[in-house]
Amino acid sequence: MTPVSHPAATIVEPDSATIAHPLDALYAEDLESGDAPAVGQSVTRVDARDKVLGRAKYTDDLCPRNALWIKVMHSTIAHGYVTAIDTSYAEAIPGVVKVLTCFDVPDRPFPTAGHPWSTDPSHQDVSDRLLLNRHVRYWGDEIAVVVAETELAAKAGVAALTATYDELPFALNPLDSMAEGMATIQEDYPGNVLAHSRLSVGNYAEAIKEPGLIKVEGTYDTGTVQHCHIENAICFAEAQGDRITVTTSTQIPHIVRRVVGQALGIGWGKVRVVKPYIGGGFGNKQDVLSEPLCAWVCLQVGGRAVKLDTTREETFVSQRVRHAMQIKVTSWLRPDGTFAARKYESYSDQGGYASHGHSIAAKAMNCFHELYQCPNVEGDTWTVYTNKPTSGAMRGYGIPQAMWAGEGHIDDICRQFGFDPLDYRLKMIMADGHVNKFSGNENYFDSPRQTLLAGAEAFGFRQLHAECEAQDPAARIRRGAGVASFWYNTGVWPIALESSASRMVLNEDGSVSLSLGETEIGQGGDTVFSQMTADAVGVPFSDVHVVSTQDTDVAPFGTGAYASRQTYVAGFTIRQTANLLREKILAHAHELTNMPVAQLDLVGGRIVRTTDGRELMTLKELATEVLYSMKHSEHIAAESTYQIKTNAYSFGCSFAEVEVDVDLCQARVVRLLNVHDCGTLINPALAEGQVHGGQSMSIGLALQEELLFDPRNGKPLNNNLLDYKLCTTVDHPDLEAMFIENPEPTSAFGTKALGEPPTCSPAPAIRNAILQATGVPLYHAPMTPHQLFARFTETGLIGESLHV
Amino acid sequence: MFDLKALYIPDTVEEALELLKERPEARVMAGGSDNLVKLRDGHLLGLEWVSIFGLDELRQITLDDDGTIRIGPLVNFATVARHEIVRTHIPSLAHAVLTIGGPQVRNIGTIGGNLCNGVPSADSASTCYAWDAQMELRSADGVRVVPIPEFYITAGKVDLRPGELVTGILIRRESYEGCFGAYHKYAMRNAMDIATVNCSTVVKLSADHSTIEEGRIAFGVAAPTPIRAPHGEAELRGKPVSMATVNAAATAALSDTRARDSWRAGKAFREHMLAEIARRCLVKSITRAGGRLIESSSK
Repeated sequence: MTPVSHPAATIVEPDSATIAHPLDALYAEDLESGDAPAVGQSVTRVDARDKVLGRAKYTDDLCPRNALWIKVMHSTIAHGYVTAIDTSYAEAIPGVVKVLTCFDVPDRPFPTAGHPWSTDPSHQDVSDRLLLNRHVRYWGDEIAVVVAETELAAKAGVAALTATYDELPFALNPLDSMAEGMATIQEDYPGNVLAHSRLSVGNYAEAIKEPGLIKVEGTYDTGTVQHCHIENAICFAEAQGDRITVTTSTQIPHIVRRVVGQALGIGWGKVRVVKPYIGGGFGNKQDVLSEPLCAWVCLQVGGRAVKLDTTREETFVSQRVRHAMQIKVTSWLRPDGTFAARKYESYSDQGGYASHGHSIAAKAMNCFHELYQCPNVEGDTWTVYTNKPTSGAMRGYGIPQAMWAGEGHIDDICRQFGFDPLDYRLKMIMADGHVNKFSGNENYFDSPRQTLLAGAEAFGFRQLHAECEAQDPAARIRRGAGVASFWYNTGVWPIALESSASRMVLNEDGSVSLSLGETEIGQGGDTVFSQMTADAVGVPFSDVHVVSTQDTDVAPFGTGAYASRQTYVAGFTIRQTANLLREKILAHAHELTNMPVAQLDLVGGRIVRTTDGRELMTLKELATEVLYSMKHSEHIAAESTYQIKTNAYSFGCSFAEVEVDVDLCQARVVRLLNVHDCGTLINPALAEGQVHGGQSMSIGLALQEELLFDPRNGKPLNNNLLDYKLCTTVDHPDLEAMFIENPEPTSAFGTKALGEPPTCSPAPAIRNAILQATGVPLYHAPMTPHQLFARFTETGLIGESLHV
Repeated sequence: MFDLKALYIPDTVEEALELLKERPEARVMAGGSDNLVKLRDGHLLGLEWVSIFGLDELRQITLDDDGTIRIGPLVNFATVARHEIVRTHIPSLAHAVLTIGGPQVRNIGTIGGNLCNGVPSADSASTCYAWDAQMELRSADGVRVVPIPEFYITAGKVDLRPGELVTGILIRRESYEGCFGAYHKYAMRNAMDIATVNCSTVVKLSADHSTIEEGRIAFGVAAPTPIRAPHGEAELRGKPVSMATVNAAATAALSDTRARDSWRAGKAFREHMLAEIARRCLVKSITRAGGRLIESSSK
């Protein structure tokens, strides 16, 4: 059958004879013998078969069939007070069990941020959230719930509620929110600034007086985007005895336990949180979302099971979004391109509640002078409340915004000075051996340069860039090549606690069960934890069983999935606990074989005499014998906590080739390559998957995604997957990833951050490619056809009427 | 869970028409890909429904003796796109329906449902306009045939009277013989999207491919209903095959549109795109018809 094409995409019928996946060569069979190390192999994910077969259990699968349904009533104004809610019609609907409003909840504000708790009050997160709110801060804020026997009855109940409001002025961006006359959004923050921090290096004011300096300035901004994880946030709660269990789709089970305890005013040990497989989070679920409300409602209906599921529309508005940031960058340069002084000024849009607060803006600003050193830097960043959905953690945590500005600005400098964007970066980027005094991170391997050079070669960047530079100026379909670098850290030490606990239990068949606080959120965590455990203990990969579901009653403490931390921090606790387990195993092996411990080893599940390599017994034989021994029985297990007091730079870059159809104002990414130095790869196939996902998110930020609000009333206009233009696979090219494995010296297994880094550099690389293609610098992300139309018209690339 | 008061499942078209005559308030459910979304969003609650999904007699594409192409309303988009009659005589309809949604939607959505929705963005609609399609409407009391521009009343409203079913989408031989078409969907992403604007054109050239005998230009999302562009078409009829003709026609076609300003897209943007995609569709149609066009190199 001949392929059918249409202007936007070519649809090609697959020819099974020619399809060969580039990863086929990498996939190893599940390792049977155990002699080859598991770390470094692209083993099949431990959860792959169950997920594909539909056997994997997610929160909704575990919910009791007779659970009551909770549906939330949302505010239909952007700012003001609920004065009354008429519940009489809702209560009369058959199937409605209970109606609860913002007037019924305890006055006990709690924090929602997924940060480890600090015992120092000045470091604790802002507690500004009530279970249901009388003072509503954004269109969509939660003000009442209906509990019913069926979903339809609950929905009908919410539709039958009527709220009356006293409206207040609202603001939809930071500058309007800080303006004279705007109402206070959070009572503790009159003026609506959540926080402001400064950066000061050298003496900016003096440095700009140097004669002959050239100023390059630009204001770059990113729109509001949302994570769009495939599984909407969902939880259910049920009481048992004097304790309450909340099962939830979260990235941070132990933190949820703490916050539910804080919100209900009960001991944290009275709360049990269960986290099964989840369908993605990307930072949205690094906040405590509906769990406290669900738990409280459960107690209001006598402890019966209650379920709170959210729709996609609610996810866009009533959960978290990425901080929209406006960043003004000013560089004072000498004619040779070196920096005399730089300035950074930014406003970060917090939305209605604090959540992760100023951390994102601070991280963005603090990286600014790291990637390109400059002796005189001045920076100011404000995080400002607005009457919009709350901003929280989202993959990259301020760095995608900072790179959008910083790396776009570097190309603006290059354009003004006539520098080549690759050569300029190679000259100016972070020095080999640079050390950050605060974190102790060190650029051991000149990674920014290594990744740029390797990527440029693989991509053919120089040649492509030259060809694009030489294209016919009159061509209406234009090509461009762009590059961008990024900066990232691993985990949160020394700003906050890094601590990870793990437990290993030896089973009679020689297999090891692993429990830890670090959690699988779809990224493949369970698989790499199993790989590291196999090698650290000395058993085959197939003999490691990771307990995937975190149950806070039994799982060791962990703070959860964020900051690209888990593989790095888990590596330490796994190795430490594995060593404790091995000690016990070998001590028993000594008792059973009379060989000294120093001449024994555990390799591939076998107790081996190191002097001649003879296998003395299998781990299975040892485990069975020891457990049931009439002489010295022991249930062999080990548990430990490792506190991590190191961090690690993770570097990389993106190369993009873009084709711009000028008359249709459409930019298409033809090729995108990310290069990463994230240390040793534990699982190359999963690492590649992480890169693809981050690239996809960044393409969306660059070209398509933005949550829009009606200026008349603050109502979100496109909080659904039709009008919010999340990418489909046909909006991407084949995504390419490349790794340079420089083993990280501080790391237990040589590894460091990869979860978030892939999202940090594609967007500015695409922007820079469009700049080369068209000569038009773009400042707002996303660079939609509407923006291209406006800018092309403004710059004369598109004329008034049709050409002939 | 959906709030349906009742669901009737007839076995034949006659039975369906009798049911609809008895229950003039009942709604018709075909594939459900539009109606179930509306129900989820809280519209159309508490109504009676007649499901015609099982009526295979409405699921055929045939060629009548007089050469009329007859497309059954229940044909799903995947089948429309694959069908030999469509691909031989009116291939731009195949191209058009392949731009709808994704594979799952194309397997369940029907062309009849798409047209009866009455929205100006429907990908099958502007192409049906360009092929001069006619709607066959049957009730228990008789049958009538209506040219598609008369079937569309205003946004969301079509001339489907109580008790009626669409039983055929007809394209006459004189509407397609010797004619060549093209479709362009302009949207914000390459799949799973609704057109910001769309255009479908059909041209018939002289035997020596030097003159345009007849041209039809149809737009979607340029007015409350899909529309034809008579001023644009007047600039094609009898004119020489050339870029000057194409450009004049695209410009004139714009005068037939009433694009609106909305948060999704501004008026100036829509008008620019309408003219541009009309131009591209005409170039494609003419090229497919064997015409030679020389694109001028600069703006």
